[in-house]
Amino acid sequence: MKTFRIGGIHPHDEKLSAGSSIKVLPIPKEVKVPVSQHIGAPATPIVKVGDVVKTGQLIAQATGFVSANIHSPVSGTVKKIEDFVDGNGYRKPAIIITVQGDEWAEGIDTTTAIRREITLEPAEIIKKVQEMGIVGMGGATFPAHVKLSVPPGKKCEALIINGVECEPYLTSDHRLMLEKGQEVMIGVKILMKALGVGKAYIGIENNKKDAIENLQRLSTNFEGIEVVPLKLKYPQGGEKQLIDACIRRQVPSGKLPIDVGAVVQNVGTVYAIYEAVQKNKPLIERIVCVTGKPLREPSNFLVRIGTPVKELLDATGGLPETAAKVIGGGPMMGRAMVHTDVPVVKGTSGITVMDEKDAKRQPMQNCIRCAKCVSVCPMGLEPYLLSKLSMLNRLEDLRAENVMDCIECGSCSFTCPSSRPLLDYIRLGKGRVGAQLRAEAAAKKAAAEAEKAKAEAEKKETANA
Amino acid sequence: MEKLTISPSPHVHSGDSVRRNMLGVCLALVPALVAALWFFGVDALVVILTSIAACVGFEYLIQKFILKVQPTITDGSAIVTGLILAFNLPSNLPLWIVVLGALFAIGVCKLTFGGLGQNIVNPAIGGRVFLLMSFPAQMTSWPKPSVVDAYTGATPLGLLKEGVKSGKSVSEIIDLPSTSDLLLGFCGGSLGEVMALCLIAGFIVMLIMKVITWHIPVAVIGSMFLFEGIFYLANPDRFADPVFTILTGGALLGAIFMATDYVTSPMTPLGMIIYGCGIGILTVLIRNFGAYPEGMSFAILLMNLVTPVINRYCKPKRFGEVVK
Repeated sequence: MKTFRIGGIHPHDEKLSAGSSIKVLPIPKEVKVPVSQHIGAPATPIVKVGDVVKTGQLIAQATGFVSANIHSPVSGTVKKIEDFVDGNGYRKPAIIITVQGDEWAEGIDTTTAIRREITLEPAEIIKKVQEMGIVGMGGATFPAHVKLSVPPGKKCEALIINGVECEPYLTSDHRLMLEKGQEVMIGVKILMKALGVGKAYIGIENNKKDAIENLQRLSTNFEGIEVVPLKLKYPQGGEKQLIDACIRRQVPSGKLPIDVGAVVQNVGTVYAIYEAVQKNKPLIERIVCVTGKPLREPSNFLVRIGTPVKELLDATGGLPETAAKVIGGGPMMGRAMVHTDVPVVKGTSGITVMDEKDAKRQPMQNCIRCAKCVSVCPMGLEPYLLSKLSMLNRLEDLRAENVMDCIECGSCSFTCPSSRPLLDYIRLGKGRVGAQLRAEAAAKKAAAEAEKAKAEAEKKETANA
Repeated sequence: MEKLTISPSPHVHSGDSVRRNMLGVCLALVPALVAALWFFGVDALVVILTSIAACVGFEYLIQKFILKVQPTITDGSAIVTGLILAFNLPSNLPLWIVVLGALFAIGVCKLTFGGLGQNIVNPAIGGRVFLLMSFPAQMTSWPKPSVVDAYTGATPLGLLKEGVKSGKSVSEIIDLPSTSDLLLGFCGGSLGEVMALCLIAGFIVMLIMKVITWHIPVAVIGSMFLFEGIFYLANPDRFADPVFTILTGGALLGAIFMATDYVTSPMTPLGMIIYGCGIGILTVLIRNFGAYPEGMSFAILLMNLVTPVINRYCKPKRFGEVVK
């Protein structure tokens, strides 16, 4: 069975909610819709307080190419447009809507009928994806149309669909592939058409045998789509790792997947694209896995964007006394939340709750140079060295040791017998080196512009003389 | 508002700990320990217990009263040092010498540099080499293991060296033990080095527990075998055969338990192999041409010092460097 070639770890997968089918969560009384739910520029609100909006109506417009439209997930009245404190403790602007009924905007097909025939042309598909505000739903929230717009001179040779879900606990993609297999397959076909590529691979880890079987069965009706069962190993869902696992090509340092002829999309994104293209439905709801050992009923919900996380937790039987940590995402890469009165956003793939015992870190000991972090790093880096260099603030050395290649998967911290917070330090160093790189790029750009201005001025002078 | 714990990811841990790894090493040393007790009796037990007690005791006392830091004896590393130091000593060594060795190992080789993880040379080897140079007579008078009663004799390598020096060819040195004797431990030597099979069992235990990887032991033994093989083929009268070489003089004890010390060995597979081959080649050179009959400790000590350089130049295979 295939897998990526460098490093990797085997955390307990703890898929508690794997057997729980997707439940539709009732629409809440009020939703909070942040205007920045994606990587890139925040969207600009185009509604005012007091406006009446319908479900699926555009309420905030993308600002530039790397940005995404935001649609109203409910019908009702715009109550406020103001800052709120998000899960990470930062203030962010959001549009708050009081819900009244559920009246959909015109032109959206809300039936469950499956539409197989793809009528749109490639350019129209990409435009539709952009219009409907689709972003990467595995958690990175990169606007999907950007990835689909292959830069001139480059060619997509393989479309890779990420159905790995290598994060422990999370099961939303698993349930999606099981319950919406047909739609996912059509979605893959849409992407293949948009990219003009004849071959697509769906990578699924082998702890989801039922999903593999389901899609394999369906794939007989869809030419060019191959389901690739993958050996269980974290972080297989990392874009670069997945490409390596499926087509054995490694994206070089500082390059993008398209440089090796690959485009990767998450299955959740594929489903959203199916709905956007075939049903004209914007991204206003998603599947969220709410899980963790302290919860009474770990579940998978279909929820509207903007629904408070608190309500999701209540639907699983409430946050128990023993719960000590609530994570947005899974336990390997998710972020611990400051509070639970935060809305579900486009990138919320799951909510993981941990009890007191699991929430605490062990005290850190001396590095014993056991080299376990080196052997598990999926990027072939030396975490012990990077963390030490970060502590010493040796930025030049950090750059020379490829710190920017780190994908922050956390395998090093996970495996360290001395419980050293390796990734914490590496992130710190990465942040500083990143700032340095950006400053250098800006200085270079400014210098080039000054040069150009000077040349033009000289040209003018000679013309005048 | 509810009180939630905040910390950066990852939020789960493998559960691995320094203590687990140290216990793994101790567990892997149990077969050799049992063999030592079987062959050398109560003497061996006394030396082992003295060495462990002295190592743990010195670590505690020095950290508590001289360095004034929280003692770290619970991580188990001092126990491993004590155990391995004892395995490198003859069972009839006076106990005060054992204590002195422990003091040098813990006090000088380990704590001077900042404790666990910071030392440049393996403390147990440092301790052994210190004793070997300070007390050459006591350190090289070996009881030959005998289940009934132990008597003093030279090690197989000592016999070989003396024999070759006096002009005999290898086949004429009659007292040399056979391969099966070496595997089962019927030969003179330090506490823990005599029974090859027990040491190999320990290697397998550590591999299964993922305490170490195969690279260093295989590189050490493999390079010794090949390098000595070349000498043997060139002149079988002057040099021992390679099987004899890898089964004697603590080659296995060194390759499996001492060269693999985390702190003093390289971090990447390639580095580990270079380091292991360095030890193997140096050992053969010291044994064949040096003044001492055995060279394992010296070879490991020398390669410990080279480890930082190896780490500097042997980088892991970076993602994306492989052909696309």
